[in-house]
Amino acid sequence: MKLVVCHVTLLDGTDFTCEVEKRAKGQYLFFKVCEHLNLLEKDYFGLTYKDNHDQKCWLDPTKEIKRQIRSNNWQFAFNVKFYPPDPSLLTEDITRYLLCLQLREDVASGRLPCSFVTHALLGSYTLQAEIGDYEPDQPRPLDFISQLTFAPNQNKEMEEKILELYKSHRGMTPAQADTQFLENAKKLSMYGVDLHHAKDSEGVDIMLGVCANGLLVYKDRLRINRFAWPKILKISYKRNNFYIKIRPGETEQFESTVGFKLENHRAAKRLWKVCVENHSFFRLNAPEPPTKARFLTLGSKFRYSGRTQAQTRMASSLIDRPAPSFERTSSKRISRSLDGAPMISITEAGRESAENGREPHLELHSDSKDHDKTQEEVLKHQASISQLKRSFMEAPPPSPPQPNQWEKRLTSSPATIRLQQQQVSLAEEIASVLFSRHTDIGLDSTAKAACIFPEPPLDAVKTTSSAATSSSAAVCSFSAPQRPLATLSTALSATEVSVPQTEAATADNAISDTKEPAKTTEVEIEETVVVQEISRAPKPGLVTVAASTPAAPSAEQEMREQEVEVQEEAVVVEEAKPRKEESISSESESEEEAEYHPYLPVSISHTQIPEEKEEEEEQEKQEEDKTPELQVLASDASSLPAEVIQPAEETRREEVESKKEDNTETEKTTNAEEEKEVERETEESTDDPMVTPDEAPNGLTLPEEGVTVMDARAEEEEEPKMNGEPSLTEAEPLPQVICCSEPPVVKTEMVTISDTFAAQKTEIATKEVPIVHTETKTITYEAAQLDGNGDGEPGVLMTAQTITSESLCTTTTTHITKTLKGGLSETRIEKRIVITGDCDIDHDQS
Amino acid sequence: MAGLMAGFGHYTHAVVRGIPASLAKEALRSSQTEVDLAKAVKEQEAYVEVLRTRLGLEVVELPADESLPDCVFVEDAAVVCGDTALITRPGAESRRGETEAMKGALKDLNLNIVEMTDENATLDGGDVLFTGREFFVGLSKRTNQRGAEILADAFKDYAVSTVPVLEGLHLKSFCSMGGPGLIVIGSSEPAQKALKIMQQMSDHRYDKLTVPDDLAANCIYMNLPSKGHVLLHCTAEEFPESAKVFEKLKDHMLIPMSNLEKVKVDGALTCCSVLINKKANI
Repeated sequence: MKLVVCHVTLLDGTDFTCEVEKRAKGQYLFFKVCEHLNLLEKDYFGLTYKDNHDQKCWLDPTKEIKRQIRSNNWQFAFNVKFYPPDPSLLTEDITRYLLCLQLREDVASGRLPCSFVTHALLGSYTLQAEIGDYEPDQPRPLDFISQLTFAPNQNKEMEEKILELYKSHRGMTPAQADTQFLENAKKLSMYGVDLHHAKDSEGVDIMLGVCANGLLVYKDRLRINRFAWPKILKISYKRNNFYIKIRPGETEQFESTVGFKLENHRAAKRLWKVCVENHSFFRLNAPEPPTKARFLTLGSKFRYSGRTQAQTRMASSLIDRPAPSFERTSSKRISRSLDGAPMISITEAGRESAENGREPHLELHSDSKDHDKTQEEVLKHQASISQLKRSFMEAPPPSPPQPNQWEKRLTSSPATIRLQQQQVSLAEEIASVLFSRHTDIGLDSTAKAACIFPEPPLDAVKTTSSAATSSSAAVCSFSAPQRPLATLSTALSATEVSVPQTEAATADNAISDTKEPAKTTEVEIEETVVVQEISRAPKPGLVTVAASTPAAPSAEQEMREQEVEVQEEAVVVEEAKPRKEESISSESESEEEAEYHPYLPVSISHTQIPEEKEEEEEQEKQEEDKTPELQVLASDASSLPAEVIQPAEETRREEVESKKEDNTETEKTTNAEEEKEVERETEESTDDPMVTPDEAPNGLTLPEEGVTVMDARAEEEEEPKMNGEPSLTEAEPLPQVICCSEPPVVKTEMVTISDTFAAQKTEIATKEVPIVHTETKTITYEAAQLDGNGDGEPGVLMTAQTITSESLCTTTTTHITKTLKGGLSETRIEKRIVITGDCDIDHDQS
Repeated sequence: MAGLMAGFGHYTHAVVRGIPASLAKEALRSSQTEVDLAKAVKEQEAYVEVLRTRLGLEVVELPADESLPDCVFVEDAAVVCGDTALITRPGAESRRGETEAMKGALKDLNLNIVEMTDENATLDGGDVLFTGREFFVGLSKRTNQRGAEILADAFKDYAVSTVPVLEGLHLKSFCSMGGPGLIVIGSSEPAQKALKIMQQMSDHRYDKLTVPDDLAANCIYMNLPSKGHVLLHCTAEEFPESAKVFEKLKDHMLIPMSNLEKVKVDGALTCCSVLINKKANI
């Protein structure tokens, strides 16, 4: 395996060198750096590189480094990516210290503008933190100060002021000085604002600033507009244009789309990505998974892949290690005179990780065979969803606790790491602590659920492989390697429990399909199924697997048995998803457009209302359901325990998200039918008590949802108008939720929409299943953005997702609707994906 | 040391200016009305008296200048925040001379003086609303974009957002701060619209106190060591309904101030002083 030397400029200006495999992903390097820094609250940080055009770009952790840098310059910088709005909420001083270093650089370079007095004040705290108390006997302190850079326009007067203020900080500890520094820096209006040059519609030069709260528009230094995240319905870019669609205000009738011109499409895409990431990080409880199956449309599938602020706060609140000691030094950057000064040295004693931090590669890379392993190990330590899933698969189900959904999303979840045995790392140690806490606190819902309900999960994995028609960019050849493919089936069969199934009813006419009539476990995954080491040479392929399923009760058992053998394979399967994201997005790297719907998917998708007028009555009913619904929603990210605790109750939520294109009338019909079906279900049980979450995962959620309800209504009113709009402002997905709960025997329903032509048929099979569980269903209709000329084949993605306490099932059907001459439209099902598994799907997926 | 942006409303000094006799006839006004000079002078005296005696501020009183009929409205000549003073370039040409004396006074108070020299820039202090966390600058007949830019440059720590002022003379002709995070706003449509814009532009949340009369929304908030929250506001005689609204503020020391005459030449309460905190936080 070829190794490459990476140079990472750290925040103190020192260089960290590290060898990585040529094909290593961004996260590998990032984790090495964090390990070196002894940093646990790493989600606020990231690595940057300079692209060919000398633009600073964020290294995508989920993608191979080599593919991103596109040059042989393995030079990176470690930077703050998300500036925490309230640094005092960070758990560790070391995190605050690193944030300080970034801000010092921001201030000194002028990127973070501040007044004379503020420069002086911040400078004085810097001195206090880095050199300690002012020593009156120190000769010529001003000379010393003038050798440091505190401000772009530093002068004698400022240095005197710095000294004066510095003297007044006597007695302040370095940590206190850092805290004070941050308390002041965070108030600066440009704190955490990432500026991008743009032009408005009239060609006037402006700056767009992305920050925790939304998007700011500046002209020169003046703020001329501001779009808070909740105001933004959609963020997209196309070529060098960047668009945001704005929710109508109280008095306004229409959504409006605001467009900005960027220098080139790369700049537009970069801005778009930053928006997607900032929105996800600051506004969501859990990251939204990359859009799947949108292979008919062009565009980036990029989504934020890390932890959100809510998650990272949760995770860091569980950090339980003695505060690592570290040395603050006058940073190289601002000190030219202190060349001999020690670099950050992690002086923590008795920790292996600290040792690793010092000499990482000596140990890790001494031998290239070991190297692979090591690399993998390191990755395992880290918060990668795939890994979490993997470990879930590996985890022996019976042994008490299984990592739950929350944990999975939460982190490189301690619990899972622990189950995964013998990884030597800090993370693991913390892990076990966390783990035990989790059980205490009751976060461990799935685990408990498993105990409470021994019933087998109602899983069904269904695959329908579409004929992957010529149509699309992203449609990939069936080039997935054979072996992993086989593996996939094994692994899945281990997990599946077949339920004679509604899905079966699906019309699959246009689909070449491996489905066997009698049973319904099929998996279709559109992605590259490749083990990490194989690299992503093959293009994303459609993998079709028809796995025969064991009888329900034995499934879990079997899984356990197979577990050992399948372990490796399981890895493969689990990694499939992330990989898919990777390959697709790298494929679309050069795409010139993409869109993103910055919802709080949980809340908004549940509260929006579909556009059809015919559905008004339904909506009224939905309104009735709103309150309980919201409660559940608020807890969505973290309240699994709450749901599970009430065994006698079924919570079902249905989201129908619909997004349409003007001429796909047929879709509408389907949608309407669909919802009526759903509605029928709902009527029966609206008054049943809903689960109340123990607590909202973060304070923002609840109020936010209240708002969205109203907004959704507003939006609904204007829907008719929408239809006339250009593709640029295409109709929004308007998810609909129906909630109901019913006691013990529940109707389980699988909603599948499919047909060859015009999607006229909707088949919904309903079936009684003597199982109590919680279930969430999401159906998404999505119209693809038209190509520039409008001739492109619009694709429609439909997703039906069911999340239950014990199983998850997602059906994704992609229809291609062609508008033929004479206004007739033809719709074919292009593809359907049904994924069922215990741990596959993120709750917040919408 | 409280750090940045602490102590909103803390003032130690006030700069005021006398009323020239020319005010009665020559001062700019949006509606033709007769000003009773004697009454106006009385009003101003009462105003200064409250600042000096009742509130204990150090008052710097600049002499009136007959050639500058509007010179009593010192607010327009300078924007002071922290220890930086921006000497403006008033939108009305006849008023440009007012800044000279102001600059001298502020220099004497050891403030960092920033001058607006750009000939394309205009800014009246009456268009500048400082909330304690950020600035809103009204783009009005008197203040333009360039003026606002220079203000933003002078106070780099703060966000400076622009708000179109469609009606009324200044932004502060229909709003002002009534406390930390409390915007007092008139109930007219333009006033409410401006408030909406301000709310949209801001990362911070503000409470609002709506008063029936736009002009009554101009009040002076201070937070003084021995007195706590102090609010100088309109009298019941002038705006009975609005005065009632102010009277509901229980935590404030309320001081009604008569402004019957000066209002005739578009002078509001804030117009007549520049407030300064010399015991700056830093």
